[in-house]
Amino acid sequence: MAKPDPLVEMRHISRNFGGLQALSNANLEVYPGEVLGLLGHNGAGKSTLIKILAGAETASEGAIFINGHEAHINGPNDARAYGIETIYQELALCGNLDAPANLYMGREISNWGFLNKKAMKEETAKALSRLNIRIKSLDTEVETMSGGQRQAISIGRAVHFNAKILIMDEPTAALGMEESKMVMDLTVELKKQGIGIIWISHDIHEVYNFTDRITILHGGENVVTAPTKDFTEDEIVSMIISGRPVERAANEEA
Amino acid sequence: MNLTKLKSNPIVWILMVAVLMAVVLSFLSPFFMTVGNMTNLSKQVSIVAILAAGQAVVIISGGIDLSVGSVLAFSAVIIGTLIKMDVDPTLALVAGLVAGTFAGWINGMVITRAKIPPFIATLGMLGIARGMALVITGGVSHPVLSPLFLFIGNSKFLGLPIPLYFVLVTFLVVGIMMHKTVFGRHVYAIGGNERVARLQGIPVDRQKVKIYALSGFLAAVAAVVMTGRLAATPPSVAQAIELQAIAAVIIGGVSFVGGRGLVITALIGALIMAMITNGLNILGISSFYQQVLIGVVIIVAVWLDNLKSSNR
Repeated sequence: MAKPDPLVEMRHISRNFGGLQALSNANLEVYPGEVLGLLGHNGAGKSTLIKILAGAETASEGAIFINGHEAHINGPNDARAYGIETIYQELALCGNLDAPANLYMGREISNWGFLNKKAMKEETAKALSRLNIRIKSLDTEVETMSGGQRQAISIGRAVHFNAKILIMDEPTAALGMEESKMVMDLTVELKKQGIGIIWISHDIHEVYNFTDRITILHGGENVVTAPTKDFTEDEIVSMIISGRPVERAANEEA
Repeated sequence: MNLTKLKSNPIVWILMVAVLMAVVLSFLSPFFMTVGNMTNLSKQVSIVAILAAGQAVVIISGGIDLSVGSVLAFSAVIIGTLIKMDVDPTLALVAGLVAGTFAGWINGMVITRAKIPPFIATLGMLGIARGMALVITGGVSHPVLSPLFLFIGNSKFLGLPIPLYFVLVTFLVVGIMMHKTVFGRHVYAIGGNERVARLQGIPVDRQKVKIYALSGFLAAVAAVVMTGRLAATPPSVAQAIELQAIAAVIIGGVSFVGGRGLVITALIGALIMAMITNGLNILGISSFYQQVLIGVVIIVAVWLDNLKSSNR
């Protein structure tokens, strides 16, 4: 099968914090239109790896390739310039601001430093309706909205700025079932548009049913990268815990 | 604007309190609502009000600036010393503004680069700027009798004292900055959730440096007005005035946690404090009670604010 070129390749990424080796020689790749599940227990290096991709951390060693070209990501704005957007579990919005202010945070439409509030409001309305996100009023503080609505605004923000790669860091952890489903439906929609999605979650069931491939990290190193359905849920859990690939699967791949 | 929206508007509440106070005081004393007293009141309020505008911006960003009183004295001393050295008064004025802005810039750099909390960093500057003011002058107050400063301190324009124009221009400019510009939007975002602001690519450190530099600049503007009013630059001037500026912001209803509030309410807060002082003076009540009352008002203002937000 002729695979398309990966959107992102992170190669041989290492990162140490003082004496602590958070990542050693970790690899990750994402293809357009797929959901990659990134798994591992706490401290496995997932967060560090995606923070490096999102520009919130820098790698001690290793390289990142975007569409085959080496990318130098030294800050959140660099990552965004490459079309990498992140959805955080703790709902990365300012509760004291309204939806347009949050959508355009850090990229306000302005003339000579003066905000163009009207344009931002109109664009926000368009961006949200394109994803079928309904919000009562664009003038209300997002703090008064439900978790699902707020997550939808985060996703709307990412898509509006032409995200090619979407990092979703436990996007449903703070949400109820209904709202999680809303976020997942939205993600399926994004997948169709050819966006590559990195999905981080502790909910194995959700990951198993929702992702196309998985990458498991343990102690900052890769355990396995394979199509999700190559394994059973139990096998995935055991790999996360033990940090060793399941024998059978390893044989199949070889 | 409909009634519910009007009711939830923070300006409406605080303005009502201020008007109510003015009405009560004018009934209690025939001297309160006189031109003379109003002129006096606006002069009294001007220094604290200018400082409160800067303090409001800092507090909305989630910080605090304890150094404004000392920075004011430092700027005033620079002006006084330069004038004593026969430097052109306009140049001395500009130098004073630069000195205050520089002190504020240092605050911002210490807070963002050395990662020192604003309370500590500006507490340090409170000592440093006051100390520098004393070092430069050797503790001596220089008279400032230049026409420029006497005009600022004592003249009127269209029947209103000049310091009042400083206040109005300050609040107009700061108000526009906070509500119409990218900078203002960033201040609210940083105060709302600094981590989110950073993740969304707001240059948080750069904006914070600007915020504290602005506060320092406004402290220097207050120093210009103060120099005009006193016709001198005593290095011990404006001690503990930062607490009045903070109180004005808090009484105005700006959230101490950051992210919420309007700068203009700080002006009304400053007016309320000045009216308490002025009104009790006119009524012949001891100034000891004034301090008690202002203390109570601060606590009640925040308490009312808590009640309002828990109703939401």
